[in-house]
Amino acid sequence: MEASDSHPPQGTRALGGRAVRLGRHVANHNAVILLLPLGLGIILIGAVDSSLSDQLRWLMALVGWAAAFLGFRAIGRLNWGNDFDPGLWLAVGWVAIVVLAAVFADILPLAEAVDTVKALTEPSRKRPELFSRHPLGTDNQGLDILGGVIYGARISLQVSLLAVTVGIIVGGIAGTVAGYFRGIPDMIFGFITDSLLAFPPLVLLLAVVAAINPTVWTISLALALLGIPTMGRLARANTLTFAQREFVLAARSLGASRRRIIFRELIPNVVRPLLSYAFLIVALLIVAEASLSFLNVGISRPTPTWGNMIAAGQEKVKDHPHMVFVPGIVMFVTVYSINRIGDAARQRWDPREASL
Amino acid sequence: MADTPILHSGMAGDKAPLLEVEGLKTYFRTNRGILKAVDGVSFTIDAGKTLGIVGESGSGKSVTVRSIMNLLPPTVTINAGGSVLHKGQSLRSLGKAQAKHFWGVEMAMIFQDPMTSLNPVMRIGRQISAGLRFHLGLSRREARQRSLELLDVVGVPEAERRLDEYPHQLSGGMRQRVTIAIALACQPGLLIADEPTTALDVTVQKQILDLLGHLQEEQGMGMILITHDLGVVAGRTEEVAVMYAGRIVEFADTQTLFADMRHPYTEALFESIPKIEHPSHTRLRAIAGRPPDLVDPPGHCAFAARCRYAQPRCLEEAPQLRHSDDPGHSFACHFPVGTPEGEEALAVNIARGATSAGLLLGDYDAKVMG
Repeated sequence: MEASDSHPPQGTRALGGRAVRLGRHVANHNAVILLLPLGLGIILIGAVDSSLSDQLRWLMALVGWAAAFLGFRAIGRLNWGNDFDPGLWLAVGWVAIVVLAAVFADILPLAEAVDTVKALTEPSRKRPELFSRHPLGTDNQGLDILGGVIYGARISLQVSLLAVTVGIIVGGIAGTVAGYFRGIPDMIFGFITDSLLAFPPLVLLLAVVAAINPTVWTISLALALLGIPTMGRLARANTLTFAQREFVLAARSLGASRRRIIFRELIPNVVRPLLSYAFLIVALLIVAEASLSFLNVGISRPTPTWGNMIAAGQEKVKDHPHMVFVPGIVMFVTVYSINRIGDAARQRWDPREASL
Repeated sequence: MADTPILHSGMAGDKAPLLEVEGLKTYFRTNRGILKAVDGVSFTIDAGKTLGIVGESGSGKSVTVRSIMNLLPPTVTINAGGSVLHKGQSLRSLGKAQAKHFWGVEMAMIFQDPMTSLNPVMRIGRQISAGLRFHLGLSRREARQRSLELLDVVGVPEAERRLDEYPHQLSGGMRQRVTIAIALACQPGLLIADEPTTALDVTVQKQILDLLGHLQEEQGMGMILITHDLGVVAGRTEEVAVMYAGRIVEFADTQTLFADMRHPYTEALFESIPKIEHPSHTRLRAIAGRPPDLVDPPGHCAFAARCRYAQPRCLEEAPQLRHSDDPGHSFACHFPVGTPEGEEALAVNIARGATSAGLLLGDYDAKVMG
């Protein structure tokens, strides 16, 4: 009786204490949250007001960005707890924007970015100006750089997704078959993947591209050659561990055919780690595709790609840096974001990483 | 093989026995040479009977049944001889068409570890119905209905919900019940249970063994129960084969084996079971040493180095499996337990404190001899 009497006040005191602490916490966050609009405001002013000096505008962008980031992090932590990873969600947001822009490029109100004849009347090498016909400026021939970057994103995504899909399907099946049967299929598989990996990737690509007419499809297939051996090895390694599990033996003891075991028992297990690595391969392939375009052996004008836009601007980089930096930064942020997402996906889905 | 008597389980009618294994030899190619994992094993089993195969790890019991089921990795396995007949038909010469609906329908198997014997990314329902649909040609809905009944039969509660769950959502005991449901789906005539309870805790162990016994009786299946624990086969099998180093060293019906064991290895296994009548903290009697290297097995009795009865003869000549007075009881030993020769051999060894193979005998043996 005594004990139960003395409990409630203690409980209230404890609760009250926590409430106070919580409250201070919340107040702290509330203040930090204001940094988000503040930061965005600074960035916007810096971007729009051309009367300010360049140095000041760069500084404003940097400061604004840092403030906005802190504010965003505070909002995230308040809503989803301290595990909230603002970098990851910014990456997801960026990739979502790039993908949506690429998908809906045709209905976006963009200035001419493809056909030089239609851009004859546009100013060339115009500096970026946020609220104008050309928010990110124009290139040598007056083509809109924002439009070019968006159409370029379309090419990058098409090529890399197609290539990684081919890589997963071909590499995944070949690797699973090799890992399950071992013996001669495994030897052949090992020889082919080792040979493909022995070439420096760019040299291999140049050799392939030299023999074909570069279109989205052929470049995709050429890039798939880079994805296949990596995916194949990953599939093989995973198959080796899964094939030792008793469920494969159990399936055999129930009369399952080899095809059934590979396609119904093994591949559903192997495909998860492959998908989590797919992000990393996509990032790699975007860079590879851009390299080919940059070297003028990939997809070339009139189709804009990040690689050929950078190549076009490189001669005048000193006087008109935006022609190189805009597509360059977009590519950098995109590849970085995809890698970031890929890391998170791998931690979540790859059994080997997860068990570490 | 003429020197190996055929060990017979149950009563042989006019029909060929359910499974007849004769002189089975299964070797593996290893880096060190040929490993004789199973070296001349023979037994038969009739419908509705249960045979226990007992032995320590590496004695060849799992390899024996996996060899029967054709589950060994083909690249390293050598089928060095012997025959496996199912209802009089050789399993080695099964045609492709016959084999298609043989495994899983005539014979099925349960594995040791329910944690790995279910596919982690496939729902329970699909795993059970896969065999039903493939072998029995049931529709998706019929197979689901039948899966539901099967889960009920093996005692999985809330079967309907379980069908749509993944293996990781089930406990070990539940998973083993699911693997039993999968194995029994097509009502096989012979069920092989390879240490079905080793990975489970003791209370669940008993439930699973009781369930298996119950289902086996109900469906009139033949069953091979593999275990390293003599305690598991007691009361659950009609006959027991004790394996050591790839051979059967003693074979008898279960009661005879426990009442009147002849092989020192069987005795040693028996003594290693904790007994309820012993006071607590009684030390268990372990079997000294390790099983022999099967790449280079001794020419003499394989158990001699660990045997308390070992005499000079045991180090010269490998004993053959022979019948005792009881035709259903056979064993491979020169100095069988419970015979005058055996008693004498043990007395001689205790008197000198060591066996002919150099195994030192401790106080325990002297006390037993009194």
